[in-house]
Amino acid sequence: MTPARDDTRLENLPAQRVALVDLLDRVLAEGVVVTGEITLSIADVDLVTISLRALLASVSALTGDTPSGNVLPASLETP
Amino acid sequence: MSDQGRWLYAVADRGAAEDHAWLTGVAGVAGGEVRAVRSAGLTALVSDVDLGEFGAEALRRNLEDLRWLEEVAWAHHHVIEAASRHVSLLPIRLATVYGGDASVTAALVERQREFTCALAQIRDRVEWGVKAYAAPANPVPAARASSASGTGSGSGTGMAYLKRRRDELAANQDAQRDTTAGARAVYAELAGHAAGARLHPPQSPQLRGSKAPMLLNAAYLVRRCDATSFAAAVASAANAHPELRLELTGPWPPYSFAGGDAW
Repeated sequence: MTPARDDTRLENLPAQRVALVDLLDRVLAEGVVVTGEITLSIADVDLVTISLRALLASVSALTGDTPSGNVLPASLETP
Repeated sequence: MSDQGRWLYAVADRGAAEDHAWLTGVAGVAGGEVRAVRSAGLTALVSDVDLGEFGAEALRRNLEDLRWLEEVAWAHHHVIEAASRHVSLLPIRLATVYGGDASVTAALVERQREFTCALAQIRDRVEWGVKAYAAPANPVPAARASSASGTGSGSGTGMAYLKRRRDELAANQDAQRDTTAGARAVYAELAGHAAGARLHPPQSPQLRGSKAPMLLNAAYLVRRCDATSFAAAVASAANAHPELRLELTGPWPPYSFAGGDAW
């Protein structure tokens, strides 16, 4: 993840590449939920459950070839 | 060609987002051009999406496709991250799609007070993630049943084995209690260095590709300018808790602190 602007000290921190699981923690489970005239009601769908299902179902199909250089742990395998 | 919907990324102050030259060239979900929709003193960042792919039914289906989900999650994040370098903003949860600009405007008007209040809370603050695992160098005596078998006979050996096994299990439980207590202490200590603290559920070992149990998956809201001192607090907590391995991630846009219930 890119350090915030005008704070070069951040570069000294153990800032690491964002893992997909960390990202999904945030974009799926956090963030403001707005309702109203939206096409998909968040309340109807447990996004986290859906994504976990998608992730687990796809684990064996994963390769290291993911976008943006952000990859799931290479050792992802079901035990 | 299907109808177009509006994918919502974030809500920012209208004033702060007035000069949105930085939006130019920021590609959104499905390559859409990110633009501002303004109302009620607020700015929503949106891009057009094809409802054939991003409508309710299609979203339900596509969210279960990891490739699709991954691509969309990164695109959503990249817009929020790029924008957060210029303005304080409230990230919106993934897959919030409106029928048109008018309904985005209506949402801004309806939630104005809440958005404005939440924006004040996260202004000039970023999110840091702290995860804790049991440190690998925390060995609990391994079961050595083999050394006891075959030597001697009768209940003596069996009893000795059972006692040893029971001791090992007890030691394991103690160690587990220590690391759990340690993780709880770290969470509280770091909260003292932050404007807000949230717990996420521990991540699944399968998804992380690691068997070490995750004991803490926390998010902290920290002033942008306090990044260095927060990292120092994390380092100090790591030193004080050798039973744990700590991981720091960030800075993140304040995903975990955008909702009103976060404080």
